[in-house]
Amino acid sequence: MSGVRVLVGTKKGAFILSSDGKRDKWDVSGPHFGGWEIYHLKGSPVNPDRIYASQTSGWFGQVMQRSSDGGKTWETVGNKYEYDGVPGTHQWYDGTPHPWEFKRVWHLEPSLTERETVYAGIEDAALFKSTDGGASWTELSGLRKHDSGPHWQPGAGGMCLHTIVLDPKNKDRIYIAISAAGAFRSDDAGATWKPINKGLVSDTMPNPTAEVGHCVHRIAIHPSKPDTLYMQKHWHVMRSDNAGDQRQKVIGNLPTDFGFCIDVHAHEPETVYVVPIKSDSLHYPIDGALKVYRSRTGGNEWEPLTNGLPQKDCYVNVLRDAMAVDRLDDCGVYFGTTGGQVYCSPDGGDSWKPIVHDLPSVLSVEVQTLP
Amino acid sequence: MSGAGEANRRVRVMLPYHLRNLAHVGSEIELEVAAPVTVRSIVDAVEARYPMLLGTIRDQGTKQRRPFLRFFACEEDLSHESLDKELPDAVAEGKEPLLIVGAIAGG
Repeated sequence: MSGVRVLVGTKKGAFILSSDGKRDKWDVSGPHFGGWEIYHLKGSPVNPDRIYASQTSGWFGQVMQRSSDGGKTWETVGNKYEYDGVPGTHQWYDGTPHPWEFKRVWHLEPSLTERETVYAGIEDAALFKSTDGGASWTELSGLRKHDSGPHWQPGAGGMCLHTIVLDPKNKDRIYIAISAAGAFRSDDAGATWKPINKGLVSDTMPNPTAEVGHCVHRIAIHPSKPDTLYMQKHWHVMRSDNAGDQRQKVIGNLPTDFGFCIDVHAHEPETVYVVPIKSDSLHYPIDGALKVYRSRTGGNEWEPLTNGLPQKDCYVNVLRDAMAVDRLDDCGVYFGTTGGQVYCSPDGGDSWKPIVHDLPSVLSVEVQTLP
Repeated sequence: MSGAGEANRRVRVMLPYHLRNLAHVGSEIELEVAAPVTVRSIVDAVEARYPMLLGTIRDQGTKQRRPFLRFFACEEDLSHESLDKELPDAVAEGKEPLLIVGAIAGG
């Protein structure tokens, strides 16, 4: 394996950061789509030169971009996301019915096996699929039409389907997460869905253990152990060992269990990373010290990783889609901040360096490991 | 005597910065539009010529103007007029452009 390509979505464009396997010197390309919010970019595992980018704007709406040459050139593809049938209503913040309305694409997940297939998670929450490289999109409406759909409510950032996880060992299994409905699993390629929120407790809900309504921020798995799900919820870091059917807290000695991102080491299925954030009211690290926490035991026992990270006067946030790992032998870990830094650790978190430190606010970070 | 050729008009359209970049054009484009020249017929022609702009000026389903965009021409705000109202002769004759303007917002 010879290099990495880091795909960075920001509030004012996309950036592509490239390096060889040493991950010491970087080429920075961008801004692509300058001035637009780039919620997410992601490359196809089947064809790494194929990258999708979600480009949005409060003025001009949703544009979908596709590259077939690793991000050198781009072409617009389909941006029509029509809900299947009459979409009806979900709940608004105040509990009143509110019509389902497309707003933007939060997350793109290219298929693990099909060259031209890609999934899109949108706001208001629904899952779409394209089998023609993004040219056209069809809703997998079994999710939105779940009995609980009319009761889903937006989180502070909107009612977004922000996480899509494809099971590498079971092509019919898909996990998704919605703020603030919770996590769902399909075992039939997206036709039907079940909530997988048992064990979650959200004290801000009328029924803290309700089947839906939880503000799940992010889910991550390791490809070799896809039944083990790690979750950063609004508050609480959770683990499930049965594909989400039951979860338990793995907070252990974390200084705070609020946060957005979570990811798993490329070669160690029990090594997990989070970035604890002080609280949902403050959205910055404790005491102005930016720390990644790593557990090598699948949770509960956590160690702070600070080497190379600012330990004073740092008040940035790390958003849900802004952490990723590469698959080089020495696993690299990456995250981007709302202050415009993108950090890389080429040694699994032991040490960190900023690749860039003055980008627009970072919304998402993905990594492609190139042959 | 009238015919399709005579009925077509060459109109000018000014696009906001981000849509020019998306369409890879300059600030002003020229288009052939069938008479009668209306906001709807011009936007139809813009989208047909530059399909990457589909959905960026108006919703693809409802065809409603995106809320932060406005249509101006001849020093008039046409945003709330019927989309099918004939535009002034100066626009239909290409003397004045239809301006598609993004709202100035953000502080």
